[in-house]
Amino acid sequence: MIDERFYEGLVRDFSRWGDPTADRDLRDKATSLLLAEARLLDQGRFEDWLGLYSAECVYWVPATPGGDPRREVAVAFDDRRRLEDRIYRLRTGSAWSQVPASRTAHLVSNVEVFENRMVRATFLVSEWRAGEMQLWSGWYGYRLRDDGGLKIEVKQVNLLDCDQSLRNPSIVL
Amino acid sequence: MNLSSFSGLVFEDRVHRSIYTDPTIFEIEMMRVFGAVWVYLAHESQVPKPDDYITARLGLRPIIVVRDSQGRLRALYNRCTHRGARICREAKGSARTFQCAYHGWTYFNTGKLRGVPWPEGYACDFEDPKFNLAQVPRVESYRGFIFGTLNRDAPPLRDYLGGITRPIDEWLDRHPGGKVEVREANRLKFKGNWKLAYDNACDGYHVVFSHRSLLEMENRLETDPNKGMSFYKGKPDEAAMYLRYFGNGHHFKDKRPNVEKRPGALWEMEAAHPGMEHFESRIKKLLTEEKALRALDLAASEPVNINVFPNLSILGNHIQVIQPLAVDETETAWYATAVVDEANALGGAADAVNALRMRTQEAFPNFGEVDDAANFEEIQKGLAACEDEWVYMHRGLGIPGRVVREADGTLRAPATDEVFMREHMKEWKRLMSSTPAIEVAR
Repeated sequence: MIDERFYEGLVRDFSRWGDPTADRDLRDKATSLLLAEARLLDQGRFEDWLGLYSAECVYWVPATPGGDPRREVAVAFDDRRRLEDRIYRLRTGSAWSQVPASRTAHLVSNVEVFENRMVRATFLVSEWRAGEMQLWSGWYGYRLRDDGGLKIEVKQVNLLDCDQSLRNPSIVL
Repeated sequence: MNLSSFSGLVFEDRVHRSIYTDPTIFEIEMMRVFGAVWVYLAHESQVPKPDDYITARLGLRPIIVVRDSQGRLRALYNRCTHRGARICREAKGSARTFQCAYHGWTYFNTGKLRGVPWPEGYACDFEDPKFNLAQVPRVESYRGFIFGTLNRDAPPLRDYLGGITRPIDEWLDRHPGGKVEVREANRLKFKGNWKLAYDNACDGYHVVFSHRSLLEMENRLETDPNKGMSFYKGKPDEAAMYLRYFGNGHHFKDKRPNVEKRPGALWEMEAAHPGMEHFESRIKKLLTEEKALRALDLAASEPVNINVFPNLSILGNHIQVIQPLAVDETETAWYATAVVDEANALGGAADAVNALRMRTQEAFPNFGEVDDAANFEEIQKGLAACEDEWVYMHRGLGIPGRVVREADGTLRAPATDEVFMREHMKEWKRLMSSTPAIEVAR
């Protein structure tokens, strides 16, 4: 549930990155999860992609470095219902910013794991749409959950140019 | 092309493609439009204390909007008098002086030159004001909205705004203390001319087509689809909403009459947003029922489009700034606004209202404006067809009784009429056909 406590934990967990841990098993599992996510997004398999997320989850693209969603708008701040909205909209065929749909290649690298199933990775998303290429780059922060299988509870997308004007930010990063 | 007259480019029913595509016309606009009228620069809540500054542009001119050490609002040119470098590279901050990184010339935040390294190497008098920073000679604000003009002959800001102040007042006065605080923005750029965004600012004709996916998304769980902008479905020209043209290029689409006049009616039209259930119940626990509903209405998107020519649109709870970057590139910054409740009129619910209000404000940039911007880019691409010269804006033209001139001189029309576009284009033509008395202060 998105409430004061959730927001507080979110801001806390995503602002205090210590040193990575040496948990190779978690790093292997997290890497597999992140690569599966990248592939499903590139394939446009959004319903399968959402299956990688826990029942309550957040996809968050701050509009300032760090960002506090209680006080600021974000480029995107989606709970599970809004992620379903996002996919529903893309599937209507009249989401004109995605007609025709972008072709994307998500490159994910530099995966490191931290205490409390926090994960960081660096990303580069190449996007081709309507005759032009553009690049999105930065780093991902993840908070994972393990309910008998590793799932994504929070994905934070930290764009290098998060506070600059973005052209057609309608793909999932 | 005869640039002293733009009469061959703007007709009552249509405009020529070149006003969106011609780099020469764009350059002239930066002088005769953005150099002639009051241009929105920033909001006072972005520079609340002496020495606070934020960078902006007036047309393409790089500007530092600063509240100087004495508290006076100024719009300094972000350009070193010496060699022309920008003296401020940060987007915002607080500074009593600005120092150029090139040769170290330093200026007070009033614009006055403070000093230069090794002045003994100069024979000139640095007290000569010509060495001070250039600045916009006239900076005025209306209830927090800061505007500047370079035109010596421009009327006072209040006169330029005219009747559009009425919807601005009503928009502000629904908030505690009659004011808002500007927060971060959703910033979107598109490869298209700036006027494509302003032409769209009051357009009620595009909504059910351009935003079909948004309307369907917002109502996907509804048995009776009435969320968001559903009132555009069916026959929008017969709905209670209307649009009004105020003169000087300013227009207003008032969708408030579509909403029942009772506390909570606006909030009920909001689609699902993250945290909605929790914060709604939190607000209802803090306040009596009617007060809670009024507080929730503040988190809902106010159904207005208030457009101040040439670059400001108050849409929902956003302050949208249209910033030309080039003839075929534009940035639209959708600044979020927050409730400030110094007198505690909301009984401690202001933080909860804002937590909701941030989420409601993300929705349109994410699921609506991206589609508009994609359509604007398609216009810019389509206009490459140079023999196909005309762009039409004649919806409603010539239909008796459809556009009504009211006693106060404003024009009132049904929501999908394009009269607002025809009128701001007349104003554009008038401005482009005259030479403003541009000057800077030092």
